[in-house]
Amino acid sequence: MNWVNAVIHGILLGGVYALLATGLSLMFGVMRIINLAHGSLALLGAYLAFLLTEHAGVSTYFALIAVLPIALLFGYVLQVTMLERSLRAGELVPLLTTFGLLIVIANLLQYFFSPDVHSLPSGSIGSASWRVSSTITIPWFDVLILGVAIFVLVGLQLLLTRTQLGRELRATAADAETAELVGVNARGVYARATAIAVATAALAGVFYAMRSAFDPFAGPSQLIYAFEAVVIGGVGSLWGTLLGGIVLGVAQTVGAQIDVQYFALAGHLVFLAVLVVRAVAAGGLRRLSFSRTVTA
Amino acid sequence: MTLLRVEAIDARHGLLQAVRDVSLDVEEGETLALVGANGAGKTTLLRTIAGSHRPAGGRIVFDGADVTRVRAHKRVRMGIALVPEGRRLFPRLTVEENLLVASAARRKGPWDVEAVLEVFPLLRPLRGARAASLSGGEQQATAIGRALMTNPRLLLLDEVSLGLAPVVVERVYASLAELAERGTTIVLVEQDIGRALAVSTRVVCMLEGRLVLEGPAREVTREQVTGAYFGLARTAGAAG
Repeated sequence: MNWVNAVIHGILLGGVYALLATGLSLMFGVMRIINLAHGSLALLGAYLAFLLTEHAGVSTYFALIAVLPIALLFGYVLQVTMLERSLRAGELVPLLTTFGLLIVIANLLQYFFSPDVHSLPSGSIGSASWRVSSTITIPWFDVLILGVAIFVLVGLQLLLTRTQLGRELRATAADAETAELVGVNARGVYARATAIAVATAALAGVFYAMRSAFDPFAGPSQLIYAFEAVVIGGVGSLWGTLLGGIVLGVAQTVGAQIDVQYFALAGHLVFLAVLVVRAVAAGGLRRLSFSRTVTA
Repeated sequence: MTLLRVEAIDARHGLLQAVRDVSLDVEEGETLALVGANGAGKTTLLRTIAGSHRPAGGRIVFDGADVTRVRAHKRVRMGIALVPEGRRLFPRLTVEENLLVASAARRKGPWDVEAVLEVFPLLRPLRGARAASLSGGEQQATAIGRALMTNPRLLLLDEVSLGLAPVVVERVYASLAELAERGTTIVLVEQDIGRALAVSTRVVCMLEGRLVLEGPAREVTREQVTGAYFGLARTAGAAG
C-alpha cells in the first residue's frame, strides 16, 4: 500500500510542477523563449508574498491575490523593456538575457532578504489530510494545488481557444510576421503572453513557498523541475505539461519510496529516458524517410 | 483620388537591391496589375507597401499620411491588407479562426465572417476545418477572406493563382472581379500576363527592381508587356 500512497503523492506533486511549468511552456510555445529566469520569477512571487505577510500582516492567501496583478504587470514590463529587444537580436540572446536575469534576481533577493531560509504559512489546510487507510493519506493542500493547476490550465485552454487574445496568441506563435499583416500587434501579444507566464510562475512560487522552505537561490532547481515537466509532456503543450508534471512527480515519490535519496534522481532518470526515446523515435523516422527517398 | 503614393522606394535583401527607385500612384477604386519575371522585385514592393519589409529609402504615402515607418499591423488598421504569396495561413487554426484573427484590426465596413462565406461559399462547410487540411484553392479563398475581414481600402494580392488548378484560378478571379466592382482598390501581382491585363484597369511591369512599363490595361498590348517583362523594351525607355 505504501506504493499506492507514493503514486498518489506523486500525482499531487505533479500539480506543483505543472503549475510551475505552465508559464515556461507558454513562453516557449508563443515566443520560442526558454526563460531560464522562470524559477527565479516564481521565487520573486514567493518573496513578495513573504513581504506582505511579514510586514503588512495579511494572510498568505490574501497576499497571493495581491501578488498576481503585480506579477502580471511585471511580466508585461519585462517583455516590453528587456525580452522584446533580446528577441530582435537573435534566438540565443533571450537565453543569455534570462540567464542574467536569474543571477540578478537571486542576488537581489539575497541582498534584501539575506540567504536565510524562509517559508510561508499555509494555514490549517497546510497540515490537514484525509486518511484513507493506515498507509494512504491525501494531504488537502496538495489537492488544492493540483486543483489550482487544473483550473489554471482549463482557464488558459479556454483563453487560447475561445477568445480573440487566444486566437492572436496562437496565430503569432505560428507566424508572427503574417499575424502582423492581418492586424495583430505581435509585440503586444508577446507582452501579454509574458505577463500571463510570470503571473502563473508567481502563483506557483507562492504555493511552493507554502509547501516547503525557500531561499534566494532555490530558483534554478525549480526551473529544472519545470523544464523537465515541459519536456516530458511535450514542449508547448499545456495539457502535456500537466501530464509531464505528474510523470515527474510520480517518478520522484516512487524513487523516494525505494530510497529517500533517489527522489530527485528518479525524476531526472525518467526525463533522460523520455529524451532518449524521443531521439531514437526521431532518428528512426528520419531513417525511414531517407530509405523511402532512396527507394523512390 | 490617389489612395497610395510610392515615392522613390529602394528596398534591399542584405546586399541585394530588390527594388530600385520605384515611384507609383494607385488611384482609389482601380485594379492595378503588377507583372514581372521571378526576382523582379514585385513581392518585395508589395511587402514594403504592407509594412513587413522596411525600405532602404523613399516614402510611402497612404491616404495622405506618410506610413513609411508605420508598423504593419497599424497599416492594416489604416486600410492596407496583404494576401501574401503562398497564402501563409495559420495552419493549426480553423478557417473561421483564421478569419477571426484578422478582426483584431477590423475597420468599419461590410466584411465579416458571414460576408466572406457568401463570396466564398466553398468555405461554408469548412469553417471548423483546420487550415492545414485545406486544398490550395480553399486556402487561397481563406487567405483572401482573412484580408477582407479587415475591411481594407487597399487590397494587395501576391500571386493568388500560384499553384492552383485552372478551374480554381477562374473561381478566385471571379471573386476578385466582384471585389473590384464593390469599389475595393486592388494591387495584384501576377505572372500570367493575359490574366493580369484582363482583370486590371492599369498595368505596371517590373524588371530587375525597376518599373519599366506603365499604362492603362486597355491600351497596353500583350507584346509590349512581354517585351518589358523580358527586358526587350528597356532600352526604349517605355516606363510611363
